[in-house]
Amino acid sequence: MIENLQLNSKGKLKHFLSIEGLPKSLLTEILDVAESFVGIGDNQIKKVPLLRGKTIVNLFFENSTRTRTTFELAANRLSADVLSMSISTSSTSKGESLLDTIRNLEAMYVDMFVVRHSISGAAHFIAQQTAPHISVINAGDGQHAHPTQAMLDMFTIRQIKKDFSMLRVAIIGDILHSRVARSQIQALNTLGAAEVRVIAPKTLLPAHVESLGVNVSHNLTAGLKDIDVIMMLRLQKERMTSALLPSESEYFKCFGLTEEKLKIAKPDAIVMHPGPINRGVEIDSKVADGPQSVILKQVSNGIAIRMAIMAMAMQKQGVS
Amino acid sequence: MSQIHIKQGHIIDPVNNINRVGCVYIANGKIISVTNEPAGFKPDTIIDAQHKIVCPGFVDLSTRLREPGQSRKATFKSETAAAANGGVTTMCLQPDTSPVIDTPAVAELIKELAKNADYPQIYPIAALTQKLEGTELSAMLTLKQAGCIAVGNANQSVRNLLVLRRAMEYAASHDMLVMFRPNDYWLGNNGCAHEGAFATRYGLPSIPEAAETIALAQCLELVELTGCRVHFGQLSCKRSVIKIHQAKKYGLHVSADVAVHQLHLTENDIIPFDSNYHVLPPLRTGADRQYLRQGLASGTINSICSDHQPHDKDAKLGAFPETEPGVSSVETLLPLMLKLVAQRIITLEQGIASLSGNPARVLRIKSGALSVGFAADVCVFDPELEWQVNADNWKSQGVNTPFWGQTFKGRVTHTLQGGNIIHCLEKSG
Repeated sequence: MIENLQLNSKGKLKHFLSIEGLPKSLLTEILDVAESFVGIGDNQIKKVPLLRGKTIVNLFFENSTRTRTTFELAANRLSADVLSMSISTSSTSKGESLLDTIRNLEAMYVDMFVVRHSISGAAHFIAQQTAPHISVINAGDGQHAHPTQAMLDMFTIRQIKKDFSMLRVAIIGDILHSRVARSQIQALNTLGAAEVRVIAPKTLLPAHVESLGVNVSHNLTAGLKDIDVIMMLRLQKERMTSALLPSESEYFKCFGLTEEKLKIAKPDAIVMHPGPINRGVEIDSKVADGPQSVILKQVSNGIAIRMAIMAMAMQKQGVS
Repeated sequence: MSQIHIKQGHIIDPVNNINRVGCVYIANGKIISVTNEPAGFKPDTIIDAQHKIVCPGFVDLSTRLREPGQSRKATFKSETAAAANGGVTTMCLQPDTSPVIDTPAVAELIKELAKNADYPQIYPIAALTQKLEGTELSAMLTLKQAGCIAVGNANQSVRNLLVLRRAMEYAASHDMLVMFRPNDYWLGNNGCAHEGAFATRYGLPSIPEAAETIALAQCLELVELTGCRVHFGQLSCKRSVIKIHQAKKYGLHVSADVAVHQLHLTENDIIPFDSNYHVLPPLRTGADRQYLRQGLASGTINSICSDHQPHDKDAKLGAFPETEPGVSSVETLLPLMLKLVAQRIITLEQGIASLSGNPARVLRIKSGALSVGFAADVCVFDPELEWQVNADNWKSQGVNTPFWGQTFKGRVTHTLQGGNIIHCLEKSG
């Protein structure tokens, strides 16, 4: 089970693959540890020696700029040695299997894999197969999970709103294909948010979405009422060609977040987006750059959260 | 020629309405009498069947033995041994071998492989269309003459309904059975899990029931149009059972089977990302399982197949959607059927009929019954014997089963095919 795989016998974090199965106390601990790392970026020497002598390999089977960069920075600030590999262009194109790639890197004495892969379950598979001393951090697998993104979102929400128990959160856009949304929903529910609402057309919602513990709306105007936190999702261009949506402009008309629509939410609502944003498709520039937007704050927080998770996952090996 | 006396077993032969303790007498590979000892019978082999069930050998409507083309996964030698270990005496082979069963040469090769494995009763199902591509008809008559028992689409969809119509018309012209696995290509959308709460939670590409039911409904319309004899294979959901029930009530001559794991497992049983649960059609909901079970009990679904699909390790080693679907299942067929009996979903007679007489009737072959004059295809099993699914008790080269390590009740002790003892538990150790 995912739960057992992620925690060691003492209940400490070993791998970080999914929010599912992690207790509230552990999520809170991650947020607390991240808090202690926030100031480091402002210091003249932006490093702590927590992971000195450790080797971390960023294995990106799928393109990414933001996530990979923040993972690299986080590892650097923990004083680890970091190797970043974009595998889509190297071994798999030569026919090497995922497992062979992992075995080869294991043979180079690494301590942690940070994995992004286009197939759901890939990080889980690697965690199952890899040597017991190696930790695996999921940096996004298919449509399954993107737990570090969800945790940096939770961190940002907590910074501003303090308490989750009164919060009504709306997640807007392509829930069907979104690993971010799945992890956000699990994190918000674990941390005790009052309501998680998903707002999207039926074509962008998975079957039985309510089984994830959300309320469903197909109408942005109605759905934004009483909302404290608005989490936008990126809309991929290929959704238009696969008959999920008629056009970008119609999507913007129905589900694009404009200043006018934002007024329907609570006056102190914050606007979040995991990036990269499509201006004029899911979000209007005035909102993205406006006073309620915390999008860039999310990016900065990404480093602290990833430092916290990497440090905690390494702790099980006796690194304090 | 040898004479075999199966002594004092509990004989269950639903076709001949036999359900009592007695003996089965075999000579020259054929059943010569049930219960009454023929005059001058001098057996050279006696099988003590006391406290055991004696029934017709099982007829499995859907198997893959991986030859030709994928002998790294399994061979006729390994899988016929597995079938014998499971009490199966007749197997239909799906056409998606490599190369596909669409030429008489491949059909003959299969017959040859079967003969070399000392397990002659393997019937190839020919591809409905050339290379299973769904565009051109296969040479059905030639394939029939080469030993193919039916034509089918395996796991491929026939996307063009005009092609399907003509294939069915052509099959009907030669009185060939079409074994159809309903699956709409587009709605299936390359999915790997049932479109439900499980796939939603784990972000898995999913397959709605409608992928099956729409293809089924279309094919049923074409049955009416073409008069073709169709058997629907490996049904997985509630609405398919309802549709078959309605079609039969309406008077269409159709039949259906279900893969044995679908009668037990649902999406809720899947251990997240465990590729042993990756099957097609996917494991669906509790309600679907309930209808499949009821369909079996009521006769709407008349057969249980193993849908045996052995794999090598590599095929199942990967992230769930990237692994190959299928379960190595021929050796768990009997105990899983017996579990349904223990749960009072079906009677033992129904269970045995669904594994023997009913599939034999679908194929119109002289098997699946202990009728005098029939080839002696017999399964003797101990309904109380417990065994664990582990390497000691397993013959298939594929160990890809979600039941690995589990203990089952009910084990085949003897399997006879045409009077040859192809499995004997004591001897195989």
